[in-house]
Amino acid sequence: MLLLAIDTSANASTALLRSRGTVIEVLGSCTSERGNDHSEVLASAIESLLADASGQRPEAIAVGVGPGPFTGLRVGLATARTLGFAWDVPVHGVVSLDAIALEAAADNPETDFVVAIDARRKELYWARYSSSGLLMDGPHVSVAEELPALPVYGAGAGLYAERLVASGATVVAEFADAHPGAVALGTRALRALASGEALEGTEPLYLRESDAKVPAVMKGKLL
Amino acid sequence: MSLSAPLVLGIESSCDETGVGIVRGTELLVNAVASSMEEHVRFGGVIPEIASRAHLDAFVPTLSAALKEAGVSLAQIDAIAVTSGPGLSGALMVGVSAAKALALATGKPLYGINHLVAHVGVGVLDGGALPENLGALLVSGGHTEILQVNSLTSDVRLLGATIDDAAGEAYDKVARLLGLGYPGGPVIDALAKEGDPKAIRFPRGLTLPKFIGTAQEPGKHRHDFSFSGLKTAVARCVEQYQKRGEEVPVADIAASFQEAVVDVITAKAVRACTEHGLNNLLLGGGVAANSRLRELLAARCASAGITLRVPPRNLCTDNGAMVAALGSQLVSAGVAPTGLGFSTDSGQPVSLVSLLA
Repeated sequence: MLLLAIDTSANASTALLRSRGTVIEVLGSCTSERGNDHSEVLASAIESLLADASGQRPEAIAVGVGPGPFTGLRVGLATARTLGFAWDVPVHGVVSLDAIALEAAADNPETDFVVAIDARRKELYWARYSSSGLLMDGPHVSVAEELPALPVYGAGAGLYAERLVASGATVVAEFADAHPGAVALGTRALRALASGEALEGTEPLYLRESDAKVPAVMKGKLL
Repeated sequence: MSLSAPLVLGIESSCDETGVGIVRGTELLVNAVASSMEEHVRFGGVIPEIASRAHLDAFVPTLSAALKEAGVSLAQIDAIAVTSGPGLSGALMVGVSAAKALALATGKPLYGINHLVAHVGVGVLDGGALPENLGALLVSGGHTEILQVNSLTSDVRLLGATIDDAAGEAYDKVARLLGLGYPGGPVIDALAKEGDPKAIRFPRGLTLPKFIGTAQEPGKHRHDFSFSGLKTAVARCVEQYQKRGEEVPVADIAASFQEAVVDVITAKAVRACTEHGLNNLLLGGGVAANSRLRELLAARCASAGITLRVPPRNLCTDNGAMVAALGSQLVSAGVAPTGLGFSTDSGQPVSLVSLLA
């Protein structure tokens, strides 16, 4: 199966992967490290991946559904959903943190572990995984102190290393600047599809409401 | 592709309307719009994050409905146009991302176009080619501008604009003050009919001689608008009644407020047209639905010898058909497409009718 993977929960990241049985081949990938240029670069990046693959049309799309900063996240979702509609191919949602968890599980952790990325506003998006990389709990959004006392993988660990250690967690140094990437996300999706595991829909995991407050005048306070 | 009547799909997501329209040349095939307006009612104004979330959910269903209603397949489309700005950044990005994906998947040329110029371009769908010596007055919840349209596809100039609130925004804020809910335009317009427009003399923004100057030596804000002082004046007025323990004359305030807005908009638009030799004026934007604005503008245009053109209401509010209409004119004029690499521009000037590749 030829699969296009997209994740914009942190950086704009896309990859084209092919699976034959259990063998997964990465045909190409592209990740922008700028973190604020998702809508600008994503479509061109996909276009060049497809051109390198002689214009073959993907048979499915996997997209990271977050959690992640809202505006960037929507760029990936709008792109994936629209490509799915135009190509008439299925679009599968994958929790973006799963991409880091897949790589973390390959590190053979001895216990359950946590994947955490920056949620801004001095908080982390995080989830707890089994040592084999199965999602056990989450994703959540909270301050660093609320994470379980377990090894923490991902850029969120690097960001709040001292506070995590102070509250009993450990920081996995090699993963301290890891962001969700489309290669791992696509790999995760292809493995799930091969084993018949159901994937998520493409509803974004915002985890926070908009900040809007109902103004006092709308509650009839003035008149 | 037919250069004289290209089949163009237009996408709009600059505020709270998700629009997908399809035109063939100057013929409107479909104008599908999904609005998140209901979700903003309790806040009394558009909340950008809520609008952006709604765009993501509404886009593919709106696109699908538009194609079905027009009986057109994506393969038949000649070009795609999308609003790249001005507008709410996060909202624009949803439409632009979707438009880029559509262009990528279909291999069709993509134009990133100007939302304000699209409000003018929509005129071709109602009465064909636009006249020469054309001015445009755009009045909505996000915009209040006077444009000079020398060429729809290559030469549009800004003559005047609001320096603070948009006129529609002033309506929303005053409606909130008066406890009339959201959106403010229709309810104030209706209530104003029961009130006395001369009951209270509210200020006309930027009409003092120091701002206006003369035709020969124009002041800095000769053709500009300001509505935030008017909104404050209404608030002070309401407070005075409350302080005295008197009932607030809501209908008189609504009528007097509306008269202040409409008086200054129409006077400035007609003066700008006259001084720039524009004997045609196109009215656009959501506030074009306002009965008093249409009435007074028609009267003042007639007195000044200006021919007024007002597209149907559903083409005046934000929609995808206007984006498609401008896109179609750009294709016909041989303007090069923008491609996939552009950014949204929340402050895109009217001089940028479409983004360069």
